[in-house]
Amino acid sequence: MTTIPTSSTAQVIPGQGAMAAPDGAKPAKAKRQRFLFLKNKKALFGLIILGLYVLFAIIGPWITPYDPDARSNDLIQPPSADHWFGTTHLGQDVFSQVLDGTRPVVFVGFLAGAIATVLSVIIGITAGYLGGKTDDALSALSNVFLVIPAVPLMIIITSILDSASNLLIALIIGLTSWSWNARVLRAQTLSLRRRDYIEASRATGEKTWRIVGFELLPNLTAVIASGFIGTVIFAVLSLITLAFIGIVSAAGWNWGTILFWAQGQQALAQGAWWWFVPAGLAIAFLGTALSLINFAIDEFVSPRLRSAGKTKLKTASGGTVRMRIGFTPVLSNSAEPHTQARAIPINTDGATPVARKVGK
Amino acid sequence: MEPVLEIRNLNVEYGLGDKAVRAVRDVNLTLHRGEVLGLAGESGSGKSTLAYGLTRLLAPPGVITGGEVIYHPEKSDPYDVLGLSDKALRAFRWAETAIVFQGAMNSLNPVHKISTQLTDVLKAHDPKMSEHSRNARAREMLKLVGIAADRMDAYPHQLSGGMRQRVMIGMALILQPQVVIMDEPTTALDVVMQRQILGQLIELRERLGFSVIFITHDLSLLVEFSNRIAIMYGGRIVEEAPANTIYRDALHPYSKGLLSSFPALRGPRRELAGIPGSPPDLAGMPSGCSFHPRCPKAFEPCSTHIPVLGRPDSPDGAARSVACWLHPTEQPVG
Amino acid sequence: MKYFLQRIAFYLFTAWAAITLNFFIPRLVPGDPVQSLIAKFRGQLSTEAINSLYVLFGLDDDKGLWAQYIDYWKQLFQGDLGLSFTFFPSPVSEIIGDALPWTVTLVGITTVISFLIGTGLGVFAGWRRGSWTDGLLPVTTFFSSVPYFWLGIIAIYLLTGPDSFFPSSGGFDSALVPAWDQYFIPSAIQHSLLPALTILISSVSGWILSMRNMMVTVSSEDYITVAHAKGLSERRVAVSYAARNALLPNISGFALSLGFIVGGTLLVEIVFSYPGLGFILLQALGAKDYPLMQGIFLVITISVLVANLLADLAYLLLDPRTRKEG
Ligand SMILES: Nc1ncnc2c1ncn2[C@@H]1O[C@H](COP(=O)(O)OP(=O)(O)O)[C@@H](O)[C@H]1O
Ligand code: SF4
Ligand SMILES: [Mg+2]
Repeated sequence: MTTIPTSSTAQVIPGQGAMAAPDGAKPAKAKRQRFLFLKNKKALFGLIILGLYVLFAIIGPWITPYDPDARSNDLIQPPSADHWFGTTHLGQDVFSQVLDGTRPVVFVGFLAGAIATVLSVIIGITAGYLGGKTDDALSALSNVFLVIPAVPLMIIITSILDSASNLLIALIIGLTSWSWNARVLRAQTLSLRRRDYIEASRATGEKTWRIVGFELLPNLTAVIASGFIGTVIFAVLSLITLAFIGIVSAAGWNWGTILFWAQGQQALAQGAWWWFVPAGLAIAFLGTALSLINFAIDEFVSPRLRSAGKTKLKTASGGTVRMRIGFTPVLSNSAEPHTQARAIPINTDGATPVARKVGK
Repeated sequence: MEPVLEIRNLNVEYGLGDKAVRAVRDVNLTLHRGEVLGLAGESGSGKSTLAYGLTRLLAPPGVITGGEVIYHPEKSDPYDVLGLSDKALRAFRWAETAIVFQGAMNSLNPVHKISTQLTDVLKAHDPKMSEHSRNARAREMLKLVGIAADRMDAYPHQLSGGMRQRVMIGMALILQPQVVIMDEPTTALDVVMQRQILGQLIELRERLGFSVIFITHDLSLLVEFSNRIAIMYGGRIVEEAPANTIYRDALHPYSKGLLSSFPALRGPRRELAGIPGSPPDLAGMPSGCSFHPRCPKAFEPCSTHIPVLGRPDSPDGAARSVACWLHPTEQPVG
Repeated sequence: MKYFLQRIAFYLFTAWAAITLNFFIPRLVPGDPVQSLIAKFRGQLSTEAINSLYVLFGLDDDKGLWAQYIDYWKQLFQGDLGLSFTFFPSPVSEIIGDALPWTVTLVGITTVISFLIGTGLGVFAGWRRGSWTDGLLPVTTFFSSVPYFWLGIIAIYLLTGPDSFFPSSGGFDSALVPAWDQYFIPSAIQHSLLPALTILISSVSGWILSMRNMMVTVSSEDYITVAHAKGLSERRVAVSYAARNALLPNISGFALSLGFIVGGTLLVEIVFSYPGLGFILLQALGAKDYPLMQGIFLVITISVLVANLLADLAYLLLDPRTRKEG
């Protein structure tokens, strides 16, 4: 369970300032690009899956075929037409539990993500924009939170706060996981602050909140979005972790609780794979969808990462070559001109010159 | 004069299919032995694309869609560089044509010492060379470009911009190539440093006898340091002539505009007319002469027919060529 | 050197912050946990132990917060983390001392191996981008989204059993006594294989992805084009120029992700009943054993700080720009 930063927007190369600073100097282009974002296959795929999860989070508890707590006589039954994901040791319907458990996961994930994002935006931008002592203090704070292992801290706090509600859990996760994004935002703000148009606004004495609100924030949208998604992934995994070790059992069903019971009732030893496989896959697919959205944001911000598209080309002689760095493909090395324009002497008596073909 | 590099109808595109942008179009250009050929044009006119395309160094989505680059070795038969195998091309690179890149600040690998970066190229091209002689050669090159040998162990970040650029020049000459391509080698430096480094380079050229393709958008530097000048516009060469011919008597309206956008170095001040308008969008190139929307002299054929680079009717019969309907050409060059 | 000293100062500061946080945590515990403990172990607790517990929980009302804080530090310096409730009357330090080597070996070695393998594959995928390796990305994305512990469960289900080579739980054969001998060590290794594999598979994907992206980003730097222009071999350009530079941000990323990774590996230990910190943390949670929880948190934090310091050292060696000018 990890959130290794795979995002280039999250990578800060020392000595080079922020990598992949979003090129937001042209606000006019932003709208078109936002539209283009959806053309990215990864973004589209990720958003569709995420949409399904959100849908089930909303309607899940209403469409469960059974009450997720209701016991029946079908104990530990494999998947069947009646119980799509089989049943538990008490005869509870696993499918209903997974459906019912979607809401808390999505709720905690998004709320914790939102809390962490708000915190990181405030702290990161303040540090980057104001600089000086404020920056030193805030950077030290986020670095401390960064290296203190968040999950053990969460585990201890949650266990002390006996029977925490989902709301409280989201709060705890949000408060312990903002530091990475704050760090990234600080670096991005620093690099943006040095740009001409921001410096110009500062020089003309524009109000700080205006510069931050109208010039900085719009240019940080992609980075903030990417940080939000990253935190949602992290929060979901954290919730599952807390539930799996059984310290949030009071908060109703979620996928971690299902796994907790499966583990506690030796589902493995009984061969009841259906008890833990669906919940695990549900986590994995949600995580994949969120990661895909983040990859798309990354490619959007840093065009270098954009998929190379078609890289195999056909040469004039019918062979194939691959596009790669260091060896530009040569499609044809005939020395024939491409635009078959020919030198045509201009007659002084006004006859219109003719070219065989006019290039584009 | 004997040619050393002949570019024939080179075409380079970025991207594929409908979205492809043609950045270099049917370029014909000959570099002669021992000369400095200047290449000028506004930014975006395709100078760098041409320079890196010659040895297939363009990163994706760059594609060479056609043309030949004929290299004439000193003692053996000429061959087409674009037809070389990867292995042969690797051996060819740096040994025959070296490049000093635009923005030398990032041309050096930040994590290796200068010495490593100077000697690894020797090792790659001559694995049998002893480490001792490699180091000796690297020190020699540094001395040649005026850097103390004790900077061998420095890392790039410990050198000033000017020093880094000198290191790059020293590195370019380390295998004694026939051709050195310099892409805006001094743009990031201050004016004094620019001239100092270029002066030094010209002096080295006289001593070592290599040819130079010198790219810049600063025509005044070109006029001062090159023998011949080629002007690029919208991916094409639009005029090519000896440096002082261009300076005195440019034929192409674009060359004239370009010349007048820079303050003259010597002689009477010219009108600072500049060129109104902006460089063409390569994706939607104007028909006919791509300069016609900006050309003060455009006339009837300009918007429909592409003028071809050819030798103009000039009274003094100078070896020059131009692509403009104002100057009827007899035969295309190339 | 200045850089390094700065880092050390930072880690000391962080350690101080973590310890202070640790000081406040039990003060959040509602009620009087010591009273319930005294009740539980009626007559078995020495006055001294009770006092120590009161210091730990900040329940000695007669003292101000500041004095409590000083006492807390004094105890820490004596290596006194209090007594465990679960393993009463063993001191927390002793229990952690037993568990720590297991975790450090399993998690430490596996994480480093995972980083090395992932980085290596990432170099390859980044360099050959656009080729078949891009097809692996969805797979790696999926695996990096799977919780470690779930993969552990699946591994136990699929790979262990009465006839399997892989034991399904524990850190060594229960018939053996821990010792550095030819019986114990192979058994310990055998027991660690499956947990290690679990951690490896779920963490390696993240490294592959991040290194691939760094390779792609670095590949369009000027010095890579220069390296190609110099006619260097493909291998040298890829390794010595591209990968060498792409590695640097990945190492910072490694240091910073350690905190996250540790969280995941604790659960793997739980699933495999591996006798490390995660496993005793689970027991501590079940018994509301606050001293033990606190101690574990402190030790994990300090281990992560030390690992960070090591990663910083590696960075220092690999990036000349952080070294002293001259
Ligand atoms: N990687 C690329 N992808 C797409 N188009 C490019 C790329 N690099 C350059 N171009 C296009 O090619 C044209 C020529 O660029 P360049 O050769 O760098 O010009 P110059 O060196 O004269 O400034 C530019 O107008 C630019 O739009
Ligand atoms: S061809 Fe026509 S438009 Fe082009 S430069 Fe000559 S006069 Fe101007
Ligand atoms: Mg250029």
